[in-house]
Amino acid sequence: MNEIGLGHYLTLGAIIFTIGIIGIFLNRKNVIIILMSIELILLAVNINLVSFSIYLQDLVGQVFSMFILTVAAAEAAVGLAIIVIYYKNKGSIYVEKISSLKG
Amino acid sequence: MIAHSLFFYFFSAIAVFGSVMVVTSRNTVYSVFFLILVFVTISILFIMIGAEFLGMIMLIVYVGAVAVLFLFVVMMLNVTEKKIQYPKKKSIFNKTSVSSLVGLIIFLELLVVIGGWKYKTNFVSLSDISLNTSISNTHALGNILYTDYIYLFQIAGIILLMAMIGAITLTFSKKENVKRQSYFNQIQRDKDSAISLVEVESNKGVNIDE
Repeated sequence: MNEIGLGHYLTLGAIIFTIGIIGIFLNRKNVIIILMSIELILLAVNINLVSFSIYLQDLVGQVFSMFILTVAAAEAAVGLAIIVIYYKNKGSIYVEKISSLKG
Repeated sequence: MIAHSLFFYFFSAIAVFGSVMVVTSRNTVYSVFFLILVFVTISILFIMIGAEFLGMIMLIVYVGAVAVLFLFVVMMLNVTEKKIQYPKKKSIFNKTSVSSLVGLIIFLELLVVIGGWKYKTNFVSLSDISLNTSISNTHALGNILYTDYIYLFQIAGIILLMAMIGAITLTFSKKENVKRQSYFNQIQRDKDSAISLVEVESNKGVNIDE
């Protein structure tokens, strides 16, 4: 209980990952909150990588965590740009109304 | 050691609370604020366990760039304007119960994985790059990032460049009534197209608008 080890950090990562997954289900109307849930999931992955990196005394985990950070930033930028042009064209961003690709 | 555990429980409780508020709050702007809270708290945890550089990068990239981007988009698009009320279906399979079930299953699976770590076989070291405690974390990361992982670093840069080009081309729109500078037209101008000599008769003047 007193000693904070690898398991504590992994559990924290697991909790945040789960909250991100639940958030995608809960906010099916708001695509911006879905994007934020994806950010939470990537953050949980980062927590796992960094805590394993410290535990195993291996720096590669932190390097990969940086790459995940890069990809997360790129994904947020492109996703938000898509949302902005979708809003410009359609006037709303409700996910449940998005059915243009249904054919 | 007790101080470390106290700090860990404090910050992780704040992080879990913040991430719950991100997915449950009604107002999207509040969600972004709680997202910033989560990022700041996790970066504090990173700094606490010795990954200082990642903690700082997290603050700069996530709080400084991504969260502010989210905030701009949320405030630009009027998200909270329309409230469409769907008729509530009385069913056990509404989205709250389904999401709780899926979340619970995934969480239990992750806990099983973490618990199974106790019964791991003897760990084989995956790489020779070990944590060197005599130099700082930033120094050590820089040592391997610019040597062993230089190609991955370049690819990360290309990914960022592609994201930048993609975001700009997606949101760039040509306005109709705005005069823009056209480099090709500027460079292609020569003496014949730019200057014309006009014979001016006395007492008549020249109409320059022609």
